Amino acid sequence: MDFSLSAEQREIRELALKFAKNEMIPHAQEYDEHGKFPTEIFKKAWELGLINACIPAEYGGAGFSAIDGVIIGEALAYGCMGMNTSFMANDLALLPIVIGGSDEQKKRFLTPFTQEFKIASFCLTEPGNGSDAGGIKTQIKDGGDHWIVNGEKMWITNAGYADLFVVYGTIDPNLKHKGISAVVVDPKTPGIEIGKKEDKMGHRSSDTRGIRFNNVKVPKENMLGKPGDGWNIAMSTLDHSRPLVASSALGGAQRAMDLSVHYAKERNQFGVPLAKHQAIQFMIAEMGMKIEAARLLVYKSAWLCDQGIRNTEIASYAKAFASDSCMQITTDAVQIYGGYGYSKEYPVEKLMRDAKLIQIYEGTSQIQRLVMAREILK
Amino acid sequence: MNIFVCVKQVPDTETKITPTGDGSFIETASIKWIMNPYDEFAVEQALLIKQANPAANVTVVRVGSKKDTEALIPALAMGADEAALVEAGDNLDSYSIAKALKGAIEKTGKKPDIILAGKQAIDDDCLQVPQILAEMLGLPSVSVIVGFEMNGAAVKVKREVEGGALEVYEVSTPVVLACNKGLNTPRYPSLPGLMKAKKKPMATYSLSDVGVSEADRRVKYSGFRLPPEKPAGKKFDATDAAKQKDVVGQVVGLLRTEAKVI
Repeated sequence: MDFSLSAEQREIRELALKFAKNEMIPHAQEYDEHGKFPTEIFKKAWELGLINACIPAEYGGAGFSAIDGVIIGEALAYGCMGMNTSFMANDLALLPIVIGGSDEQKKRFLTPFTQEFKIASFCLTEPGNGSDAGGIKTQIKDGGDHWIVNGEKMWITNAGYADLFVVYGTIDPNLKHKGISAVVVDPKTPGIEIGKKEDKMGHRSSDTRGIRFNNVKVPKENMLGKPGDGWNIAMSTLDHSRPLVASSALGGAQRAMDLSVHYAKERNQFGVPLAKHQAIQFMIAEMGMKIEAARLLVYKSAWLCDQGIRNTEIASYAKAFASDSCMQITTDAVQIYGGYGYSKEYPVEKLMRDAKLIQIYEGTSQIQRLVMAREILK
Repeated sequence: MNIFVCVKQVPDTETKITPTGDGSFIETASIKWIMNPYDEFAVEQALLIKQANPAANVTVVRVGSKKDTEALIPALAMGADEAALVEAGDNLDSYSIAKALKGAIEKTGKKPDIILAGKQAIDDDCLQVPQILAEMLGLPSVSVIVGFEMNGAAVKVKREVEGGALEVYEVSTPVVLACNKGLNTPRYPSLPGLMKAKKKPMATYSLSDVGVSEADRRVKYSGFRLPPEKPAGKKFDATDAAKQKDVVGQVVGLLRTEAKVI
């Protein structure tokens, strides 16, 4: 057993962290305050090869492993969890194509993302179906030489900027999971109405919107796999994406801890630095312990992915543990900063707002526990 | 055209420095090492010259111990063509480092046209390796440059002097240039660049390979100590107009007797 990263992985991490520290952290507060989409930063990250880590080498990608992906994800989330949500949404949207697409579809859809800066959205959640993803109402009907998509999607990351949507719908709601299918949709297709940007508590720089599909015609050759393959593609996508989402919580937690340690050494109360008070030491020790454990889970869940071993249970452990830990750690960071922590002048209140979303999206912490229990008890 | 860039690997600026128990050097075990920030300007300048002269070859050279994350790798990932590492301790003096750099440059068999370096390393702040190296090679050198232009076989460089004024030099090549902040904006190494960097040639030499021995040492470090801790600052309340005269008297008195600055 070897717990160390390879020299190359350490270099990847250094590079991504350098980008996070120089290009993301100095702007995170401003983008958060104004809810501004980080187009320039996103593009710069793409130019450096930090985006779309999931695209295989044969389609023009760098050929990163899942472990490489979580190393990059953690570093970028260290810079800003909100911006990283936009970045990560590309992987989330492209993964179903990597997993369920034909060779021709991969060339047609993935390769352009390696040649120019493009943005993608994963469209699964609906106004009435979040955790209950199997209850999808969006309809994909056979229109002869094309598919016809009707329905509504909600909380779609990057929706207002996307060049590509992966849309989940059902060919027949009576078939339940077996009817779910996935199609790749050009956002400029007539009949697509993109809603207004949601005004969110955190991740304010990431663009989140509803989308309405009114008789949207989609080419037949844009369905991933066969009609009805969508559920398996979506579940397999989640096995790959949960380590990544967990890595984002890890990055946010690490940033909260680094800030806390720094502040605790600098600020004096009762004549000694905060770090000399046991009450503060306990909070910091807890942070270190949780981050270390979360990182091991994140790496293991990604490692299983790379070995081709089913990681559903461990990926849920990683996602729930990392995001719950991130919430606790960012909350404690605000506590350590005291009154200053509650002020927007200091960086930790944003981390606390950002942390909350990671417990919700990509399967809530409660859904993760359902998945774990199902895997354990089956 | 052969361009050489001398880089040093230094402790990250956030490192908490601890002297070793015997005071002979600093503890290096837990240090995070980065490329000396001024050297990034030198690497970037070399790559800008290469962009304008595609036939140019850029070699990055470093003297020091093997590191967990090698600074020559990001330099190669940024676009340098090859690298050479002279393995040595991290507490060499400037003279030995310059001699080792000269030896490594000569080992490549390439005749240098432009040698670039950062104006100083941010760890020991000696500010002399580029000048010593130039002297050893019998080349002209300009330090603290903030502007660069190729001008045929010569280079035109701007050098910062006291008071923010600039001196402009036209120097024939080969030349050694020590770069300052403001010269350019260093690019980031890209991930694809990082992958390519692995395949680029990297030569490794020992100090004796490049003709340096302990006898070359001109400076021997006798003791590393942390500076004394700064006492907390004093505050004087001068909001009450009637007491201002007293307060000023106190401050002047303390500046004389305690701080001894007037």
